Amino acid sequence: MSSVVVIDYGMGNLHSIAKALQHAEPECDVRVTSTPNAILAADRVVFPGVGAIRDCMQALNQSGLSNVITEVAKTKPFLGICLGMQALLTDNEENGHTQTLDIIPGRVVRFPESLQDNDGNILKIPHMGWNQVHQIQHPLWEGIPQDSRFYFVHSYYAKPDNHSMVAGTADYPNAFACALAQNNIFAVQFHPEKSQAVGLQLLKNFLQWDGLL
Amino acid sequence: MSLAKRIIPCLDVDNGRVVKGVKFVDIRDAGDPVEIARRYDKEGADELTFLDITATHHDRDTMVHVVEQVASEVFIPLTVGGGIRTLDDIRRMLNAGADKVGINSAAVFNPDFVREAAERFGSQCIVVAIDAKKTSQSDEADKWEIFTHGGRKGTGIDAVEWAKKMVSYGAGEILLTSMDRDGTRIGFDLPLTRAISEAVSVPVIASGGVGNLDHLADGIIDGKADAVLAASIFHFAEYTIQQAKERMAERGIEVRL
Repeated sequence: MSSVVVIDYGMGNLHSIAKALQHAEPECDVRVTSTPNAILAADRVVFPGVGAIRDCMQALNQSGLSNVITEVAKTKPFLGICLGMQALLTDNEENGHTQTLDIIPGRVVRFPESLQDNDGNILKIPHMGWNQVHQIQHPLWEGIPQDSRFYFVHSYYAKPDNHSMVAGTADYPNAFACALAQNNIFAVQFHPEKSQAVGLQLLKNFLQWDGLL
Repeated sequence: MSLAKRIIPCLDVDNGRVVKGVKFVDIRDAGDPVEIARRYDKEGADELTFLDITATHHDRDTMVHVVEQVASEVFIPLTVGGGIRTLDDIRRMLNAGADKVGINSAAVFNPDFVREAAERFGSQCIVVAIDAKKTSQSDEADKWEIFTHGGRKGTGIDAVEWAKKMVSYGAGEILLTSMDRDGTRIGFDLPLTRAISEAVSVPVIASGGVGNLDHLADGIIDGKADAVLAASIFHFAEYTIQQAKERMAERGIEVRL
């Protein structure tokens, strides 16, 4: 039986992610944990998070989980979700300027104010709701129709230095990276655990993924 | 490609059962919350909102169980409102599986509660619910006031100013209910919806007064809302969510079909 851990560092709703993983793969051993040894021992790791990046980094640094995450992100199938994706980049302009884990080189920046759609309506921030994701080939998109809608809620987005790491984009109104892939790491800005059938399919794909491209 | 406008069925829950008040007085029973949530999810609801109208503190535990059960089976965003007064109330609901909480009266009595909640849990999960009633006369410029206690108590606070203040305090979304329209089935208060939506940078959910599918589309097109919320038209199976989305799409609105 394969195992997956959801890293618990006090940021956000882990119940939903754990339930969705279990629902996607009933046979899988799903655990929510903050224990380094349990994270190191699992077959796969999910790194979630909601809230502010400064609090996130404080929680990771104080608990010592930063090092554990950096370690497992080199070796195991690893899924970052929302703030758990943003934390993988080098730095983030939220809260002034916040240094993050620097596992994927790049920055996280805010959507500019006063963006408008084609009809001249102001686009609201946070970018909240179901937006279409344009997939760039990766095993985790298996069985998910191109341009399916996933649920987003965020005000900041990732700009990786290396464009070849972009595994999916969404438009708001310009295209931004909403999925990143680097070796055994897949990271998404949207919430697969809240994206109904397509989200569950992505989680199921992750639980079957060997971390290879 | 762009962001879809959302349809959010609202389930009023009293002691574990879904009910819907007509003008908050005449309540009818429309069933089991988990069963209804499952049905809405299947029909394509973009989110679900639960409004806990339970009177006593003890019975609130029932709501926590409802949220836990729904969150174990339904994988779309869940908002819980009603009786959210402390950071601990928020934590309990988020831990049970809610993604957002709606804060209403507690924000009016203590605006700093919204700031504290947004700082602790993030703006993305803080929805400020505003109940507004028109107070201007027909020969005056439109003006709406905030009401509490299910629309019974006026506060003298201007609705548009209040919405802006709540966003500056960290609200990530506004759930706007017209108390004049709630339960009337004659459509949203569109000038109110537009006034609030154009005044704030965060998404606005229109609520109160939906009687047919065109009312939903009107809320988006004329009210400039980002999402529309309705209860009774869906509960009694007059219309399905799918039909609502098809009607909105016919009127040129981008929806998740």
